[in-house]
Amino acid sequence: MYTNRYIFTYAAVLVIVAAALLSLAAMLLKPFQERNLTIEKMRGILTSAQVTQANAGNAIPLFNKYIVKELVLDPKGNVLNTYSKSPKEDAPAFKIDLKKEYYNKSQNKPYKLPLYIADKDGKTIYIIPMRGTGLWGPIWGNIALTSDFKTVIGVFFGDASETPGLGGEITKPKFLNQFAKKTIFDDNGNFTSIKVVKGGVIKLPEAQRIHGVDALSGATLTSNGVNDMLHNVLESYLPYIKNHR
Amino acid sequence: MSTEKTEREAIFSPKNIKLLTGPLNMSNPITVQILGICSALAVTVKMKPAIVMALALMVVTAFSNLVISFLRNGIPPRIRIIVQLVVVATLVILVDQLLKAFVFDVSKQLSVYVGLIITNCIIMGRLEAFAMANKPWPAFLDGIGNGMGYGLILIIVAFFRELLGSGTLLGFQVIPQSLYNAGYVNNGMMILPPMALITIGVIIWVQRYYNRSLIEK
Repeated sequence: MYTNRYIFTYAAVLVIVAAALLSLAAMLLKPFQERNLTIEKMRGILTSAQVTQANAGNAIPLFNKYIVKELVLDPKGNVLNTYSKSPKEDAPAFKIDLKKEYYNKSQNKPYKLPLYIADKDGKTIYIIPMRGTGLWGPIWGNIALTSDFKTVIGVFFGDASETPGLGGEITKPKFLNQFAKKTIFDDNGNFTSIKVVKGGVIKLPEAQRIHGVDALSGATLTSNGVNDMLHNVLESYLPYIKNHR
Repeated sequence: MSTEKTEREAIFSPKNIKLLTGPLNMSNPITVQILGICSALAVTVKMKPAIVMALALMVVTAFSNLVISFLRNGIPPRIRIIVQLVVVATLVILVDQLLKAFVFDVSKQLSVYVGLIITNCIIMGRLEAFAMANKPWPAFLDGIGNGMGYGLILIIVAFFRELLGSGTLLGFQVIPQSLYNAGYVNNGMMILPPMALITIGVIIWVQRYYNRSLIEK
């Protein structure tokens, strides 16, 4: 009773109508969705600097209040751009796509790095955004350092698709709180990064425990991903850190 | 088509009301039809995602039932499942985009499960069993009813899992600190999916205790 022509026309019209509807919705909702991503990024930066009251509602005003400078660095540690005006989200540093820059780094091409400088209760905090790979997909985060670039104030991690309950635990306070007061340089000024140690920091020699945190059990590959991300990202900032310490 | 009548039926006739209330108990999609278990296990750790998931599913079942019912006389039977899938997938993506735009936190918690509404058996089941053979308004009510039936179970399960697993309800602490000081601990098992299955099992048991007609012979 239905000819082939009818069936094909029916299917074609249906699909085109559905596609038109979806593209329209995507276009209209994009500004709202991008807004949410911006807020999420700001909240991550603030949380790493231990501005713990940051939430979706107040992230923008708090970000404008605490972040005083946003820098763009080149691989040699030179400052390409300094931005301290408001609104802070218009800074070139804020717009840098880390995924692209770290890809360029891995290909030995020139790349740019963002660095945020916050002023909290009169103390200067340097915040470095991070990006790396977990087990199933990208992981990212921020690490906040004291003004001598040695001691960690706090970290924040996010993930796209790590296993809930195992690798997904990197975003939980229990894991994050381990990082505070750890140091990324030893007493002689050599770079150590922060190691995420399988089996726990207890396995490290006493003197190195200040540079390590406990890995998550059942999530070795995600823990390794965090370890590599910390090392790769912090290492990229060493030239700048050497000049400003 | 048995429900096609010449005289207009009242909008909330007893039969239509039954479409709404039936799925809450006698023909509940989860406990009686055993559909949609997968997401019921996954999003019931906390009340808030459970409520949002229930609303999202209700919107999708209702509107996909409505659309399919409008199209029912023109859909070539040979490609009807594909047509149903296109309609459902379009609606689900719309819901997902709306959640991402307006309730970002919740959309992060629901993550993949919003996308999985597409494959939720309740929707395909209702489209095939009801919307393909009924007028738009009853089909719409059937969708709302089944969405509510699903949501009801989700919220009951989430209530117990959040209360016993985290000691909170909708994020507010309800179990007093003094109880923790006296040695009470949250049951970590409740946070894991297997306990959701057991909770649903208990609900089915209780429901059948009070409603003997549901017991299989």
